[in-house]
Amino acid sequence: MNVNTLQIDRKMVTGREGDAIFAVAWEHGIHIPRLCHIGGLSDVGACRLCMVEIEGQKRLQASCLTPIQEGMVVRTDTPRLRQHRKLIVELLLAERNHICSVCVADGACELQSLAAALGIDHVRFRYRFPTLPVDTSHERFGLDHNRCILCTRCVRVCDEIEGAHTWDVCGRGANSLIISDLGEPWGESESCTSCGKCVQVCPTGALFDKGKTIAEMRRDRGFLKYIVTARKEKQWIG
Amino acid sequence: MAERIQIHPVTRVEGHAKISIYVDDAGEVTSAQFHVTEFRGFEKLCEGRPFHEMPGLMSRICGICPISHILASSKAGDMLLGVEIPRAAAKQRRLVNHAQILQSHALSFFHLSAPDLFLGMDAPPSKRNIFGMLEGDADFVRRGIRLRQFGQRIIELVGGKKIHPAWGAPGGVLQAIGAAERDEIRSSIPEAIESLHEALGRLKRVLDSFAVEIEHLGNFPTLFLGTVSPEGELEYYDGLIRIGDAEGNIVADGLDPLRYASYLGEASEEWSFMKLPHYKPLGYPGGLYRVGPLARLNIAKSAGTPLANREMTEFKQRGKGAVCQSFHYHLARLIEMLHAVESIEQLADDPDLMREHVRAQAGQNRHHGVGSCEAPRGTLFHDYEVDDHGLIRRANLLIATSQNNLAMNQTVEQAARYFVSSRAIQEGMLNRVEAGIRCFDPCLSCSTHAFGQASFIIEIRNAAGDLLQQITR
Ligand code: SF4
Ligand code: SF4
Repeated sequence: MNVNTLQIDRKMVTGREGDAIFAVAWEHGIHIPRLCHIGGLSDVGACRLCMVEIEGQKRLQASCLTPIQEGMVVRTDTPRLRQHRKLIVELLLAERNHICSVCVADGACELQSLAAALGIDHVRFRYRFPTLPVDTSHERFGLDHNRCILCTRCVRVCDEIEGAHTWDVCGRGANSLIISDLGEPWGESESCTSCGKCVQVCPTGALFDKGKTIAEMRRDRGFLKYIVTARKEKQWIG
Repeated sequence: MAERIQIHPVTRVEGHAKISIYVDDAGEVTSAQFHVTEFRGFEKLCEGRPFHEMPGLMSRICGICPISHILASSKAGDMLLGVEIPRAAAKQRRLVNHAQILQSHALSFFHLSAPDLFLGMDAPPSKRNIFGMLEGDADFVRRGIRLRQFGQRIIELVGGKKIHPAWGAPGGVLQAIGAAERDEIRSSIPEAIESLHEALGRLKRVLDSFAVEIEHLGNFPTLFLGTVSPEGELEYYDGLIRIGDAEGNIVADGLDPLRYASYLGEASEEWSFMKLPHYKPLGYPGGLYRVGPLARLNIAKSAGTPLANREMTEFKQRGKGAVCQSFHYHLARLIEMLHAVESIEQLADDPDLMREHVRAQAGQNRHHGVGSCEAPRGTLFHDYEVDDHGLIRRANLLIATSQNNLAMNQTVEQAARYFVSSRAIQEGMLNRVEAGIRCFDPCLSCSTHAFGQASFIIEIRNAAGDLLQQITR
């Protein structure tokens, strides 16, 4: 295994050849913001929040998909990056109906805490206020499209870990929606095994345990590491 | 020339309002109306949302009495689940409801009405407010502020937040109470009782000087509606509806709050965004009734706690039959605060309060749920219809302040006729008209479920509707 040495935020770090900048940075305590990445699932570079500056390159790069290179000089937190991240989060907030004070995920939402961390106290864009449904046809879970940011964590966990591939994305651009099977109500899905993994990985209040009230939704993601290491390394660690 | 006097915005009430006073050619008042100029559509915006969200969503209607909305909404949710909630949850809900009555009444009495009561209706407006009170008697005002804080602190200790706690939910409440919280609540009780005795003493001493206002600010016969316990005592969380008349007779008793729509009608008029509820068997507007502190004290036979009981017996002697003078809402409010503090003490000593099991788990078992409770300003109903998947199809809220709407209109007209003449308008006259409204402590944000800061306008118009004078505050 080859090891590369590089600089991230003026810190000398090392990582295995082929590892993404994002992963190496986190291993060294440098927490690059993200919403679509979650450890244990493949990366898709959908949210663009983990963009970094690489010396010698004009374009920003998504750190979750960019492998490290020997001698690379990376910056993860510059005024330019902060501006971009703010913009992205504001656009996400304006795109659907995010009203944190009456959301099941209030207080435990990755979008909300990222907005707070970026100092977003208002949104510069006009809200779209789309009319979107809530699907509570499943016996145990609900999907509120109003809170979905299309990160596709649910799609990937269902496909890669559970193997059911219930979820997918339909439509284009801002009109995209997460669908179960071919667009049936979730409760009628034949592929869903009701395992609840999607609910646990959702970063926002979009997927929730039915019966949860405002600010009551909390998630447990320990299962991801457990299953992934069990599969890859045949080790069953808690 | 006939004219119309408008009071707009109405001050020291919670929300936006306007009063129109119509005068004839001789400058005498012919009629008056109390308009609520806010509009908000909470019923509409909860359509399509899961009913489990309703307590938190509905609590956003109001920053003064969010707890009442949480309770009525949670109770409607309990009914949709078809469960009986754990004892600890019911006791917590009662405790927090009393705390809410205490803090809301303290705001109404000490912050909004005390300036009229203790500085006088004709004191200059710049002084006639809580700051003017502070100059005169800082200790008394501080007691009032501390009473309000006590109520808010209980809400914070139990719910985790002062104003919009994430606490109540269908099936119970979210967390159990610890011993430290309970002990802190207990420790504040003696001071609260002492403050209320002082406030009661003071109010009773000045009442004689308000003989004219007592007589002419909303003094008329109506029905009174509220919740009572099975024993006919004061009840704020869970009981049956009783309706009494001005003579003190019981007109209807043991009415199921779930069936409110069968005996309460809601009319609407173009001059106000507020609905006009009335007792159906007597029609509109004949079925005029009042709710809130005065109504509750009129219909209950006793308070159920010793100190409040004593005050209530004395209170009842102020009327022949029922106490019909709206001015006595103030006194009724203080007695209710005393009852609230005594009830808080009893609940703090109740071992059930501390039990760990606070939430009943169940799926949806019904399509229609109604929850009611006594809010500070009167009886509150939340009524939800949900689809097979628990999404709200239709919601209807019957709010305390809107149930007093007809009575407030009548109060404004009575006060205007007696105190106002367009020939020589004095500020004190208009303040009396406003004070008539303040007796009811209306919360206009709640009753229209509307946004807004407090503002109050009085308009004077002639018979043709031309504006002759407008006073804005
Ligand atoms: S999903 Fe997150 S950001 Fe959106 S409303 Fe809920 S708490 Fe707020
Ligand atoms: S439902 Fe949740 S996990 Fe799935 S795409 Fe939307 S936000 Fe991401």
